[in-house]
Amino acid sequence: MKIRSLEQIVAEHRFFTGLGDEHCKLVCGCARNMLFEPGEYLFREGALADRFFLLRHGRVALELTAPGRKAMTFRTLREGEIVGVSWLIPPYRWTYDARALEQVRAVAMDAECLRQKCDADHHFGYEMMKRFVPLLVEWLHATQLQILDVYGTPA
Amino acid sequence: MHAPDAMLPRIARIRRRRRESAQVWTLDIEADGTEASGFAPGQFNMLTVFGVGEVPISLSGDPARGTQLVHTIRAVGPVSEALVQLKPGKELGLRGPFGVGWPMAEAAGRDVLLVAGGLGLAPLRPALYRLLAGRHRFGRVRLLYGARGPEDMLFRRELASWQRRADIDIEITVDHAPSGWTGHVGVVPTLIEHAAFDPGNSIALVCGPEIMMRFAIDALRRAGMADAAIYLSTERNMKCAIGQCGHCQFGPTFVCRDGPVFRYDRLRTFLGLKEI
Ligand SMILES: Cc1cc2nc3c(=O)[nH]c(=O)nc-3n(C[C@H](O)[C@H](O)[C@H](O)COP(=O)(O)OP(=O)(O)OC[C@H]3O[C@@H](n4cnc5c(N)ncnc54)[C@H](O)[C@@H]3O)c2cc1C
Repeated sequence: MKIRSLEQIVAEHRFFTGLGDEHCKLVCGCARNMLFEPGEYLFREGALADRFFLLRHGRVALELTAPGRKAMTFRTLREGEIVGVSWLIPPYRWTYDARALEQVRAVAMDAECLRQKCDADHHFGYEMMKRFVPLLVEWLHATQLQILDVYGTPA
Repeated sequence: MHAPDAMLPRIARIRRRRRESAQVWTLDIEADGTEASGFAPGQFNMLTVFGVGEVPISLSGDPARGTQLVHTIRAVGPVSEALVQLKPGKELGLRGPFGVGWPMAEAAGRDVLLVAGGLGLAPLRPALYRLLAGRHRFGRVRLLYGARGPEDMLFRRELASWQRRADIDIEITVDHAPSGWTGHVGVVPTLIEHAAFDPGNSIALVCGPEIMMRFAIDALRRAGMADAAIYLSTERNMKCAIGQCGHCQFGPTFVCRDGPVFRYDRLRTFLGLKEI
């Protein structure tokens, strides 16, 4: 197998399509490769959201637990997708668990490092927002559909 | 033209019934005088429970086995409730098949993407049987199916056996699931984003609750599909089923006669209008 550098991985990830070389370097300065075994948590609800992940391989379940109830999965994510948006908004706490369903290879992005670079270079910050806002909108639409419970029993 | 007795139900009998989920049953029905020429995928019958009423229900079985009529019904009100209660041997009334079904001829030579939500898999299943029977005539065949939860999925055994086939790609997602579920969780449009298909040479057949179809169509268009390559099956209350009473009018069309399957570009102005 050909070993690809972190720069290549980031540049080729669909989330960063169209990002210029300079900005790509800024992103890579905050990135590191991580491996999670099946069942391992990428993060837990309530913990500090100090990173987010680009999934390179494997699927991740986002779960919520309520007292007296088993954990419920409300979304699964796979290769090419992003896990975690809470790093963007104070108080930077995860609001759900993210658990590897299979072996997961991901690029972890240091949130503090990225936020500082976004603050220092607004052009870079804007490039990042252009990628995160559509993601948030897609999540919002999917959530609307889930809340509407369109397959449920008609009232 | 329909024969003059198109309004007169034939007598049919329940041969077998099986439960798909809490509210959904599949009925195998045999009817006197059912022609072996069968039905087209996407067509529906009008089923009567005597003394209760008549409702349109799509055919969900194999069109190659035209004398065996299969219907998958969700109990939502008086007639559908009475239908799923009918035990083997019981009689019911049947008119049909009616309507314009899925564009199987147009699908030839192209990739076929079937997008089903909830009970919407039932009217699409005959199209799947037809695609698999003439597999070499079509490009890549892909079924994207979304259900409310793992326990609400229809035709589970059959889906599992299709998932083992190499000539069809099946992706299933549920809206939410207990943590033991290892499949996808998320709404159907999220599957479209990941489905590899050639938007320039594909046809999409979409069936499910109307809101789900609207979101699915948005995702298909974002993936580059033309409106004229998207087909959807619509549901409107109907009475006569032969384009006379006007009950199922949808813009300038009658769902029973011109549909239930429509090409999206011919329907898009009317989709989502509250008053229609
Ligand atoms: C072309 C066509 C094909 C159909 N195919 C099938 C099928 O294969 N299987 C099946 O179970 N149903 C199918 N339907 C829908 C079915 O005909 C209706 O659900 C029917 O109204 C049920 O009659 P009912 O007397 O049991 O309930 P009704 O008294 O008519 O309705 C009870 C409640 O359910 C709601 N309701 C009715 N229809 C729908 C619907 N389609 N979606 C959501 N809520 C609804 C009503 O608003 C009401 O609140 C089809 C409809 C059409 C037009």
